[in-house]
Amino acid sequence: MSTLPLAVTRRRGQGMRHTLDVRVSPYAYVAPFFLLFCAFGLFPLVYTAWVSLHEWTLLSETQTFIGLDNFATLLADGYFWNATFNTLSIGVLSTVPQLVLAIWLAHLLNRRLRFQTLFRVSLLLPNVTSVVAVVVIFSQLFGRDFGMINWVLSWFGVGSVDWAAGTASSHVALSVMIMWRWTGYNALIFLAAMQAVPRELYEAATLDGAGNFTQLRRITIPMIRPTMIFVVIVSTIGAMQIIAEPMLFGQSSGGGGGIATGGPDRQFQTLALFVYEQGFANSTFDFGYASAASWLMFLAVVIVAGVNFLITRRAKGGLV
Amino acid sequence: MTPRIRRLGLSLLAASALTLAAACGGGGGGDSATEASANPGEKIKLTVDLFGDFGFKPLYEEYKKTHPDIEIVENVTQFNDHHSNLVKRLATNSGAGDVTAVEVGYISTFTAQPAKFTDLKQFGLDKRQADYLDWKWQQGLSKDGSQVLGLGTDVGGLAMCYRKDLFEKAGLPSDREEVAALWPTWDAYIATGKKFAAADVAGAKFVDSPGEIFRAMVNQAPVGLYDAQDQIIVDSNPDVKKAWDLSNQLTQEGLTAKLAAFSPPWNTGFAKGSFATIICPAWMTGFIQEQAKDASGKWDIAAVPGGSGNSGGSHLMVPKQSEHPKEAAELIDFLTSKENQAKVFKEEGTFPSIPALYDDPEIQNFTKPFFGDAPIGKIYSDAAKALKPQHLGPKEADVRVAIGNGLGRVEQGKQTPDEAWAQVLEDVKKIK
Repeated sequence: MSTLPLAVTRRRGQGMRHTLDVRVSPYAYVAPFFLLFCAFGLFPLVYTAWVSLHEWTLLSETQTFIGLDNFATLLADGYFWNATFNTLSIGVLSTVPQLVLAIWLAHLLNRRLRFQTLFRVSLLLPNVTSVVAVVVIFSQLFGRDFGMINWVLSWFGVGSVDWAAGTASSHVALSVMIMWRWTGYNALIFLAAMQAVPRELYEAATLDGAGNFTQLRRITIPMIRPTMIFVVIVSTIGAMQIIAEPMLFGQSSGGGGGIATGGPDRQFQTLALFVYEQGFANSTFDFGYASAASWLMFLAVVIVAGVNFLITRRAKGGLV
Repeated sequence: MTPRIRRLGLSLLAASALTLAAACGGGGGGDSATEASANPGEKIKLTVDLFGDFGFKPLYEEYKKTHPDIEIVENVTQFNDHHSNLVKRLATNSGAGDVTAVEVGYISTFTAQPAKFTDLKQFGLDKRQADYLDWKWQQGLSKDGSQVLGLGTDVGGLAMCYRKDLFEKAGLPSDREEVAALWPTWDAYIATGKKFAAADVAGAKFVDSPGEIFRAMVNQAPVGLYDAQDQIIVDSNPDVKKAWDLSNQLTQEGLTAKLAAFSPPWNTGFAKGSFATIICPAWMTGFIQEQAKDASGKWDIAAVPGGSGNSGGSHLMVPKQSEHPKEAAELIDFLTSKENQAKVFKEEGTFPSIPALYDDPEIQNFTKPFFGDAPIGKIYSDAAKALKPQHLGPKEADVRVAIGNGLGRVEQGKQTPDEAWAQVLEDVKKIK
């Protein structure tokens, strides 16, 4: 580059660059997320839809277009509905008590305490633990013959429960594992929201003679509603996608059954596990069918999360 | 060798392997290829993918002494994962080991895809045919018989392991000849079980669970889950139905400890002596020895009811994607050689598939102190000699899962045997 004309072009160039900077940079800054999302989020979503319209297995070289046949088969497949029921049941059993417990824990921690950082950090510990470790240990606790929970129950004259065998009992066992991992995490999110609630409201309420529980119900919960909506939706999505817990529970509980059937009677096979069974655990590797199931699962997640959003948003609240 | 890795059951190790091993195994295979081609002077790395402890470790060391340019890496994954990973790696054409083990329940799945494996004939391994049990050799061939795709490691001749101390407590004979005389047939086995149950030995049931017993009974029949044309004949084969009925009889008489094989509570059951008998293919002996460490001398081995059969056993194969098929084939030749199969048997209990060994005094006279000096060499030689091979189909594993689930539903009291059977047939029909 030479020296003199450069000054002019540079100035003109600067103007251009400035406009470009203002117009384009913001997109460039957010682009990495969207590029990654397209590669790992959007593309698989669309491609899965494409696969679901085919007779498509890992082993065969040819894929034939069969329209909505996979979906038709799926809607008539009792095992699919069984998995849907299990997912909803485990979802409700784990999410509802979990959120109540989380709010209560957050409320307890939302005051001056000794060692408060210690308490808050320890809430997060179960979440840091590997899910495999959690399930293996809980499967032992819920063991039929030598499990600690049955041992404790025996003090009260309750006979030994075969936790993995029953539908309800296995759902309870799995819900406990899920709650163990996620309650503390959600409590911390609630706690963060609670700390943003102005102190004066509580002071005024105390002057008006409102008790602890009334304050929680009338001030805290309405004030943290946006956070609650967020937590409810994230937990719902999480609960609809449970796979590791039932899969490992099935393998470590001694009740038998295939690697991904969730017990011999499929008593705790969730939707995600059903997808895995069809796509990867069967030696057919039926990708088409598994993709169709994934899409229905996706729709189910959207619907359930949407319903929960509406319910939470409409929940009674006085302040906001 | 059969589901020996399930010995880990679902210990932390195996479970984390579930999530990690795929990535690690894949990476290992790829590396070896690139390294070798980039630096031809360097060592050749061979990966060996197994689903349990095949007892090969000392053999690798021996092999390296004579082959200083070879490095061997062993990857062990859980039984089910191992085989489904192999399918995926063959389909995507990357990540499979240079040598991979395939259990007999899956062998025809893979021999049906000859294009994915190296024909070991091209490296002269067809010379080994004379060594092998004929049926074991045939199992490793491609469908048309023209290619040698896998060489056998072990066979799982059947016997029945039992706890002497528990038998004594129940007032039953405990000498292995007398015990064998108790159950010439499976009906007699169940009758013995009733006697055992009547004695009410605290904390012990007669058998672990009906699943493996069912498998053994089917394996004793001339025709099993598949006919010679690879059609599933679960609904029409009377032997399968008979095995089903007998298995459920065990459950209904309350003879089982309801411990599914290879689960962690089953492992605990060994340690606690929760069951008095267990079906015992040769590879199971190594397993018992490891699980029931404190029970040395308490276990013994008797003949199996209902005649001889095979349960389990493996082949070693070389996927086509291997960069070093020649070296891999040589390694297989070594690992499955007559001498080395004998060595592995003595260490691990997996029984050779080379009949010349069966009359070898070294095998014939081999006893194990753990099993009260039971002549396991003779027991399993006799079992292997009497074996009648059975044709196995491509989806054996899926069919077995469907039936196993049915047995489980009866065991957990969810269904009557008839309801469970109807559902099994529905499930089996869906297997494509």
